[in-house]
Amino acid sequence: MSSCLNAFQDYGLRAIGYGERLLPKADITICEQFALIGSGLIWNIFFGILAIMIGYWFALALAVGKMSGSGWLRGFSVGFIYLFRGTPLFIQFFFAYELFVLLPKVGITLDLWVVTIDLESRWLTRAWLGALLVLILNTSAYSAEIFYGALRSTPRGEVEAAMAYGMSGWQRFWRVVWPNMMRLAWPSYTNEAIFLFHATTLVFFSGFPAWRQSGDALYYANYFADKTFNPFIAYPIIAFYFIIFTLMIIGLFGWINWRLNRHLPQHAKQRLSIRLNLIR
Amino acid sequence: MAFYQSFLVVLTLVLVTAPLAMLFGLMAASASRSAIAVMRWPAKIYIAMVRGVPDIVFFLFVPLALDQGIEYIRHRALCSDQTGSVWQGNDFIVCDIAKMPLSSASAWVHDFYGFMLAVTAYAIVFGAFAGNVLAGAMAAVPHAQLETGSAYGMSRRQVYWRVLFPQMWIYALPGLSNLWVLLIKATPLLFLLGIQDIVYWARELGSAKTSAYTYPHPDWRVWYFLALLIFYLFVTWVSERVFDRLNRRFSRGQAVLMNSQQAGG
Repeated sequence: MSSCLNAFQDYGLRAIGYGERLLPKADITICEQFALIGSGLIWNIFFGILAIMIGYWFALALAVGKMSGSGWLRGFSVGFIYLFRGTPLFIQFFFAYELFVLLPKVGITLDLWVVTIDLESRWLTRAWLGALLVLILNTSAYSAEIFYGALRSTPRGEVEAAMAYGMSGWQRFWRVVWPNMMRLAWPSYTNEAIFLFHATTLVFFSGFPAWRQSGDALYYANYFADKTFNPFIAYPIIAFYFIIFTLMIIGLFGWINWRLNRHLPQHAKQRLSIRLNLIR
Repeated sequence: MAFYQSFLVVLTLVLVTAPLAMLFGLMAASASRSAIAVMRWPAKIYIAMVRGVPDIVFFLFVPLALDQGIEYIRHRALCSDQTGSVWQGNDFIVCDIAKMPLSSASAWVHDFYGFMLAVTAYAIVFGAFAGNVLAGAMAAVPHAQLETGSAYGMSRRQVYWRVLFPQMWIYALPGLSNLWVLLIKATPLLFLLGIQDIVYWARELGSAKTSAYTYPHPDWRVWYFLALLIFYLFVTWVSERVFDRLNRRFSRGQAVLMNSQQAGG
């Protein structure tokens, strides 16, 4: 038991660079596998949460852009969504990495009064920024398509009622259109969040190198499967972790879904179900 | 040359996998509606598993597990004189004649075997996706029609084949078209299985220096990957057009069915 605790102390934060430097090579215990794969999960959660949170706003803008009357704005949105939905994420990672490598190495210093940040373009070739950027753009495209569908089915009467109340365009959007749109889009958006979280496992298998062997959960699972030549332990562990986190996402999004539909009569409520019609 | 061949490998994989996955999905979806619990629950678990676990975990796990499973069975059957576990320390050891394929086999056998393992992995994962879509489609067929069928004295089997089966396709089509695109977009993951597919060749040919050659050009990988992006964009565009036409063809004269489907989302 104490050796198990040791394994977690040594490898629990290995993925972000703390703890034992060398990965276990021989006599790999189940505890070590659990600890290391669990620590890799930190990266999956990091990518998943940031991509969803930043991508959400971009997706909103894209969806509204696709709806807008302005020709070039709509053209850009449609093109962007089509490009990212029509190509595999895996190839996008590769392409982005090669592109970032070619960028000139420059540094920009951002002066933000309180703190100064040195931005360097070589960060883009690192997974934490480069892959995150690709994931954000990718999920924005998929979410924008979902939001766009919801935007189109927003009840017209409610918008007209808002106009009759004399709301400005901005108010109308945030108070009437946006909540409605979220309510309609939420079940599909839950799907998108789950599959995005699953897609984060691709990062370290594409061009992005795992710096100092700190990779994500699948990177370590694959490492163990290679080392012990026994796939029947490492992969079930990662499956176990992912099932738990998927259930947590469903729980969280289900709660939000409940909040969004609170005001509706019982029979009109949309149940959150994992439909596979609009998946990535 | 190998680069262009690898496009064929990808297309072959898609064409072989799609019907297999449909078969798996159909069996799973049918079994998940079975009255027998022993058939129902494994099918339900199979269908649900792709929601919880990333597909690439299966792509990495299934070929390796299958390979070891086959070798293990052959090991037990062919060299019964050897005792001891096949996992010794960090190795997986089977006797020579149990190797799959035999180490004396020619290179194309190895390639073919690897390809078949990949096909199996894809078929299993996409079979589960297809099971999801088809189970949803079966649930979408109006229940009253099934009841009418049994009221006419049809057996369960007859209701399935004469009422449910022909009708579910129109409900399944949007999901299946999505799945087709999904399958196409999953093909670059072949690279992870060690198959020399387009990603492999794009990396090899594009880079200025590889293990085998030094090319006279600088790093062109970014252009190769751009070409791949365009290739995939083209394939998905074509598929979308085809499915649009199919959808229109199927829904001809079924206005009521289409309307109820759109209302149901």
